[in-house]
Amino acid sequence: MAAPETSTAAVPSLYTNNALRNAFGGVLSFFILLLIGVMAFSIRLFSVIKYESVIHEFDPYFNYRVTQFLAKNGIYEFWNWFDDRTWYPLGRVIGGTVYPGLTLTAGTIWWLLNSLNIPLSVETVCVFTAPIFSALASWATFLLTKEVKGTGAGLTAAALLAMVPSYISRSVAGSYDNEAVAIFALIFTFYLYIKTLNTGSLFYATLNSIAYFYMVCSWGGYTFIINLIPMHVLLCIVTGRFSSRLYIAYAPLVVLGTLLAALVPVVGFNAVMTSEHFASFLVFIILHVVAFVYYIKGILSPKMFKVAVTLVVSVGLAVCCAVIAVLIALVASSPTKGWSGRSLSLLDPTYASKYIPIIASVSEHQPPTWPSYFMDINVLAFLVPAGIVACFSPLSDSSSFVVLYIATSVYFSGVMVRLMLVFAPAACITSGIALSQSFDVFTRSIKFQLPGISSNTEVDAAETSSATAEAQNDAVKTEKSEETSKNRPSKKSKKKEKEEKPSTKAKAEKRLIALPLDSSVISLLLLILLGAFYVVHCVWAAAEAYSAPSIVLTSHSHDGLHVFDDFREAYAWLRHNTDVDDKVASWWDYGYQTTAMANRTVIVDNNTWNNTHIATVGTAMSSPEKAAWEIFHSLDVKYVLVVFGGLVGYPSDDINKFLWMVRIGGGVFPHIKEPDYLRDGQYRIDSQATPTMLNCLMYKLSYYRFVETDGKGFDRVRQTEIGKKYFKLTHFEEVFTTHHWMVRIYKLKPPKNRIRGKTKKSKSKTSSASSRAKRSGMGKKNPWH
Amino acid sequence: MESPIRATRILGFIFFSLLFFVCRSAPSHNLLISNAERRIDLTSHIVKVYLTLKVENAGSTPTSEILLAFPPTQVDHLATVEALVTKGKRKKTTLVRLDVKPTELPDVPNGNKYFTIYLANPLSSGESTTLEVLYMFTHSLEPFPAEIGQSESQLVYYRDSALILSPYHIKQQTTFIKTPSTKVESFTRVEPTNRAGTEMKYGPYEDHPPYSFSPILIHFENNSPFPVVEELVREIEISHWGNLQVTEQYTLVHGGARHKGVFSRVDYQSRPTLSGASSLRQLLARLPPRVHSVYYRDEIGNISSSHLRMDSRKSELEIEPRYPLFGGWKATFVIGYGLPLQDFLFESSDDRRYLNFTFGCPLLETVVDKLTVKVVLPEGSKDPSAVVPFPVEQHLEAKYSYLDVVGRTVVVIEKKNLVPAHNSHFQVYYTFKPIFMLAEPLMLASAFFLFFVACVAYLHIDLSIRK
Repeated sequence: MAAPETSTAAVPSLYTNNALRNAFGGVLSFFILLLIGVMAFSIRLFSVIKYESVIHEFDPYFNYRVTQFLAKNGIYEFWNWFDDRTWYPLGRVIGGTVYPGLTLTAGTIWWLLNSLNIPLSVETVCVFTAPIFSALASWATFLLTKEVKGTGAGLTAAALLAMVPSYISRSVAGSYDNEAVAIFALIFTFYLYIKTLNTGSLFYATLNSIAYFYMVCSWGGYTFIINLIPMHVLLCIVTGRFSSRLYIAYAPLVVLGTLLAALVPVVGFNAVMTSEHFASFLVFIILHVVAFVYYIKGILSPKMFKVAVTLVVSVGLAVCCAVIAVLIALVASSPTKGWSGRSLSLLDPTYASKYIPIIASVSEHQPPTWPSYFMDINVLAFLVPAGIVACFSPLSDSSSFVVLYIATSVYFSGVMVRLMLVFAPAACITSGIALSQSFDVFTRSIKFQLPGISSNTEVDAAETSSATAEAQNDAVKTEKSEETSKNRPSKKSKKKEKEEKPSTKAKAEKRLIALPLDSSVISLLLLILLGAFYVVHCVWAAAEAYSAPSIVLTSHSHDGLHVFDDFREAYAWLRHNTDVDDKVASWWDYGYQTTAMANRTVIVDNNTWNNTHIATVGTAMSSPEKAAWEIFHSLDVKYVLVVFGGLVGYPSDDINKFLWMVRIGGGVFPHIKEPDYLRDGQYRIDSQATPTMLNCLMYKLSYYRFVETDGKGFDRVRQTEIGKKYFKLTHFEEVFTTHHWMVRIYKLKPPKNRIRGKTKKSKSKTSSASSRAKRSGMGKKNPWH
Repeated sequence: MESPIRATRILGFIFFSLLFFVCRSAPSHNLLISNAERRIDLTSHIVKVYLTLKVENAGSTPTSEILLAFPPTQVDHLATVEALVTKGKRKKTTLVRLDVKPTELPDVPNGNKYFTIYLANPLSSGESTTLEVLYMFTHSLEPFPAEIGQSESQLVYYRDSALILSPYHIKQQTTFIKTPSTKVESFTRVEPTNRAGTEMKYGPYEDHPPYSFSPILIHFENNSPFPVVEELVREIEISHWGNLQVTEQYTLVHGGARHKGVFSRVDYQSRPTLSGASSLRQLLARLPPRVHSVYYRDEIGNISSSHLRMDSRKSELEIEPRYPLFGGWKATFVIGYGLPLQDFLFESSDDRRYLNFTFGCPLLETVVDKLTVKVVLPEGSKDPSAVVPFPVEQHLEAKYSYLDVVGRTVVVIEKKNLVPAHNSHFQVYYTFKPIFMLAEPLMLASAFFLFFVACVAYLHIDLSIRK
């Protein structure tokens, strides 16, 4: 709200002529939009200013690496890229398993700049992709809300979205993740859908399917679109709002959209095979049936129509039953009922924690807490209900879509923190509507009672009232569907709208509800205060909460700023001082970073596609040293990397993640049992810890020689002294530890030379089942050893 | 302009001397060295040798060429040779630098290589002069043992000859060798040999014929880190808008004894003097004064451990690599900074412009194996030529940067095996018309103008098919 307010304050009373005023309003809203874009971009630069221009966190490093590959080798190589530096020894087909939208976007930007001889590095382009796309997203929000409730609401919603903390958290400069472009694509697809719905233009319908294609390219969240739009279509049909515009808005989207979506390798035949997409086809059929019925109704007399209905219903029911039976049989034959794990955990929030610990172990897949709502959307949480109410007066096709959008996204955000991102635009749109409508009411009542007291408020009032006028206009338009369907958004139609305005405005003034002056002034002030609070909170969130790149940590102490750059220290060490083909084992969180920053082959990474492989690493980490050595050796691992926060108090280290390793490992290899690591159900590493815990590899690698730092071995994260202080490593040796001990790298000791007589003895001695199998397997392969 | 004349004079002189002397290596027999003193400094990993020669012309004809001989093993590591001669009497002595050039001579014993010192005034018969020769070797200390653990100290071998290798007869000579500490494991004795503290004295030896050689081997402790820049690319970009942007890409390696086995941070942090004594913790770069926007980063982002100290005469950038470098460990990084253009760009008398900048590596006590200096001239500059005080390889390239159309001329200068003594100034001359500075702003302006015209045109054309 801040942007429009400040801009209107600068405007002198210039509205002698209506046309001039409209032109002026157009220019003004253009500049407001420009400023909103600048603000959306610049509020995300805190991370660059406070830290540096660097890629953040985990997934962005993978995207960055893919973009580098794309920039270096071109698009065809990219589609065929088989990455052998990850998931060793399996590898990963990157071209077929990645959503290419983000990388293609950034790659195109990079290519364009470089062909103009602007030598920006791939990294710089990647860092600034997200802020650029958030500016675009706020413009898309403007367009969408403008279609729903007019320019005023559009500008307000755009300004709100430009700085909503939830979206900032995923799109600060450097956060080079799919969501950054996907949110823009999502909003823009919705806008084009609404636009098509309002105009009935095939041109927009085609654009809509292209936007949907872009969304499919960018993010797995496209299933939200392909389920939400059918739901809305169904809603329209059920509430008797079927029109040819609805048909044009939906049918091309399903046909073209599905065809286009199937072009994306990662989706492919999933676009027609998985249950996520069935709703859209079902609605597609229903839409056709309804359209047919309307058509029949139009050409038949009412009596004949009744006969036809009974006929069709009886035949149709039989066919439907058959089809549904086949479908159910097909779906039921697959174990996950045709749904992917992540989608299932959306429908059944307890699904993941029951069956898939990997999905449950990711913090962003947890359900959010109430404070996180306040943190992420702040005052919007209070404005949303008002916005929903505003959407109902009057309820149009487009406003019903907004209501449906917010209702579903509230549910999804309640299941997964990550989907708060989908909820945020909906919240911004409804809050924008709410704010704009209430401003409209208050300023109008002030203007009504105090004519000409201050030109300032009048302009404001006039502007917002014109906004409602447009909204009214929309409502009128929807009533006269036949007329508007022909109405193309050319300059001529715009002119017509302008001509219509005075009349509708007069209508609006007639049904004006004047509030008491003082109460409206006070409410206005309170609303501005609310907006100011929101702005302050957003700037704080952008500057403090969400700008940390998480590979560099800082802490303020009495003697100034302290920088913990241990991750990059370790990765740089690996990059320069190990052999280029060495394999590094670590927990999967650090896989993407290791491949991108250290350029070394990893065993598992954040793409978690192979549960067994991750479980193998988890098992090795939770096994005693010797068994772990055997597992790692069989995977050809040379270095093991662990993250340890005990010295400086970095809480998200491997010891704190260790139970997930045990759980995931135990899920596949049953000899790892979670209770073995817990003392009376409690996870502890002090002297009360279980011997299994104190002897597992993760404990040993984390705390090796830790006691020598302070003499006691006090762990600052767990706030306790460690249980086992003095021990030696027999199968691993420390090769590097970073300055603050946050990353420790160990090398596997080379296998001992076998003495001919001793092999048989050691074979019979081996303790763990897996290692025995391996030994004997090796024995078979090399009988002369 | 002077050098061709001098070259012809020298050529003429050589011709003249060839005519007169039947034997080709005759000049060497005419000269003799009455006294030679050599001081070898082994305190850092760059071996510095200061040689004081008193040369006497025992022949009958004046000569102005004095040969220095190096064994083939040493000449590969030889980074620089300088010769100075003292001029003036007693108190008003000034040192004058002399020309030194590598020389190929036929049928030399043992494949020795020669450098010729050209005296400014020919040494006439019976006269004598005193020369100060300074030369430096890189990679001449061989770590032994070649691999050490974290707590061991670094021991190195130094190989040389107790007698100065020379094509001339040397009447008397002494060699002093300075080691960094008193810890010397062993050294070859060539009597008379003395050792006191950190200094060893070989000699004095009397009357040794040409090409006398007596190998010595010194095994001593040298715990100073051996920072070696394997490759350094310095890009100096001239912008006539007032800035000189320097970007230096380093590939640094610790050239000492290779690190073996574990690296324990707890030992390294708790006993910094004992553990990792020869590790490379930090480096000091001496940058020009008035430096601005300095950055220090590598391919994965900024490196936060650096300090910049500035005063009016120089700027010092203290940098730490991301991790301490042990023997054999590598690191790459980039240092970049901007400088005010007026400090380095001047106009020469013939209406050309020239850049005057230091050549070598700004890091102190560092050996550079391969240096590439790229001077990026502004777009539209012509006739580039570089003047470097020592032999280098040169070629031209083109670089496209910010909206360039024809590309910028890049003068590429390459040199191998550099020591800090190479940090002298070099010049790049070129012609440039200031009107070219406006090309890019005008291009942008016209592009935007065309864009707006297109917008206006689009808004005034009705493209719809319907009437």
